[in-house]
Amino acid sequence: MAWLTLTDVSVALGERDVVSGVSAEIDRGELVVVVGPNGAGKTTLLRAIAGLLPPRVGAIRVLGHDPLRAPRRAIAQHLAYLPQRYELAFPFAVEEVVLLGRYARQRGIGLASDDDLAAATAAMAACDVAHLAARRFDKLSGGEARRVIIAQALCQGAKCLLLDEPTAGLDPAHARAIFALLRAHCDAGAAALVVTHDLDLALRYGGSMWLLADGLLAARGAPAHVLASAATQAAFRVPIHVGALPSGMAFAVPA
Amino acid sequence: MTVARLAVVLALCVAATAIVAALAPLVGVVVDRSGWHFELIAPSALAAGEPGHAILWVRIPRVLAALEVGAALAGAGCALQALLRNPLAEPFTLGISSGASLAAVLAIRLGIESAFGIAGIGGAALAGAVGTLVVVWQLARIGKHLPPATLVLAGVTMSMFCSSASVLIQYTSDFTEVTHMLQWMLGGMETVRLTTVGYAALPIGAALIVLISHTRELNALAAGDEVAASLGVAVGRTQTVIFATASLLVGAAIAVVGPIGFIGLVVPHALRALLGPDHRLLVPASMFGGAAVLVVFDTLARTVVPLHHLPTGAVTAVLGVPVFVAILVGKKQRALVWGHT
Repeated sequence: MAWLTLTDVSVALGERDVVSGVSAEIDRGELVVVVGPNGAGKTTLLRAIAGLLPPRVGAIRVLGHDPLRAPRRAIAQHLAYLPQRYELAFPFAVEEVVLLGRYARQRGIGLASDDDLAAATAAMAACDVAHLAARRFDKLSGGEARRVIIAQALCQGAKCLLLDEPTAGLDPAHARAIFALLRAHCDAGAAALVVTHDLDLALRYGGSMWLLADGLLAARGAPAHVLASAATQAAFRVPIHVGALPSGMAFAVPA
Repeated sequence: MTVARLAVVLALCVAATAIVAALAPLVGVVVDRSGWHFELIAPSALAAGEPGHAILWVRIPRVLAALEVGAALAGAGCALQALLRNPLAEPFTLGISSGASLAAVLAIRLGIESAFGIAGIGGAALAGAVGTLVVVWQLARIGKHLPPATLVLAGVTMSMFCSSASVLIQYTSDFTEVTHMLQWMLGGMETVRLTTVGYAALPIGAALIVLISHTRELNALAAGDEVAASLGVAVGRTQTVIFATASLLVGAAIAVVGPIGFIGLVVPHALRALLGPDHRLLVPASMFGGAAVLVVFDTLARTVVPLHHLPTGAVTAVLGVPVFVAILVGKKQRALVWGHT
């Protein structure tokens, strides 16, 4: 059985179905990128998979668990979720924020074990925030804060990652580095579902791509194929030009 | 957070609280023919027959009550601030104190004291505190969320309603009743008895342990309900436990000495600035800090104006309001109160 399975999932916010009839699966080693216009239901789909919203109909399974019914601690050991917006009510230091990711693996009052510290150090190094460890989270720039939160999600040690626009606000070098990191993570045996508007990086690093339009899974397949499709043009109301530089590096731009 | 840091800070807290608690009963003002002056009773007065023995044993229950109530209020305030992600949350701003006072006033007016003794009023105050907190929680809730703005609004509304209702009840009461009510509403420590302190010690102690055992959850909740849930926190259960425990603490504190304001706000806030926001340290530190600070305030209340014992609740409020205002106008805090959840 696939790690992540969605069977005919519809999610309603109020009266309206924001996600309708999505069936798909993701297995070990897959990096799936989700694209679609604003308001297409991408975030709602991610929140439903994370067990934060009940689907109106349909079934979601994460490594066999129903994320809505299984204990949160058990889900958190399998699944990490990076929200689009993140606000911290109190001025924690960066390292403390990253270590919050270890909650599900700690007991008692949760003083960090050697494993926790090693996971946090590795995650901070991977996201290039190790030099910020002692800084206050609320004093960071938007992009720095974003990288810290990605480090928190990685530090959780979950096999499945759900990331909502991880590279929003990141400079080009860090955005590329995050996608390269996710690629390496999946090659090493994880699975990731990444919502993004970074079409170039989605094209270069995505194993497969889902196009979400009006709550429907309108197209799926190889990123180059999906981006160039008529469905993508209809969804974005602009054709996406997919090409390659002389060096062979692929790119995607709105025409 | 390392074990060493936790141990050192908590040891300092325990030591400071112990010193304050040991000194406070010895300090006092005495009057003789030449006027009034401060006097320090010798610790040997603990033994019967020594000079100052009687007066020492009048002060000791008061100090014990201040320790217990200060720990309960500051611990509950700290937990409520974390739970509601709002540095202004505390028993007073949430309307809990006014609700408890209203219940106590009602109990006095209805003559519950003559039927059930002094415990009847304490019980009424406890019920009033818990009842108000439940109403505020329900009023402020939008779906599963508790936006800080609606919460403060609900708290202030309930607070005004309860205060006005208390005034109306006082207006229709006789003189003895009104005096008794005022004593309650001002948070007086003079009438505290050792037995009351003893009864309240068990529930307060148990509730404080429950709070300390949920400090990791409070840390995760600082990032919001959804992030906490995806980190593995059972958010709904945690919120219910913390809310119920905090109401019990506040209700028990008010039952012992009446409403004491601002300890629950100022102590956690000052300690957060000093020690950082990690609740594994901040919650227990606030408990000790609250205990020590209330003992100091209560000692001030009975010494600062010679020969007049000021109501402790009024003293903490007068000293606490400026701090509250400073927090309120702070730029960062303003964004926290009115910003998005």
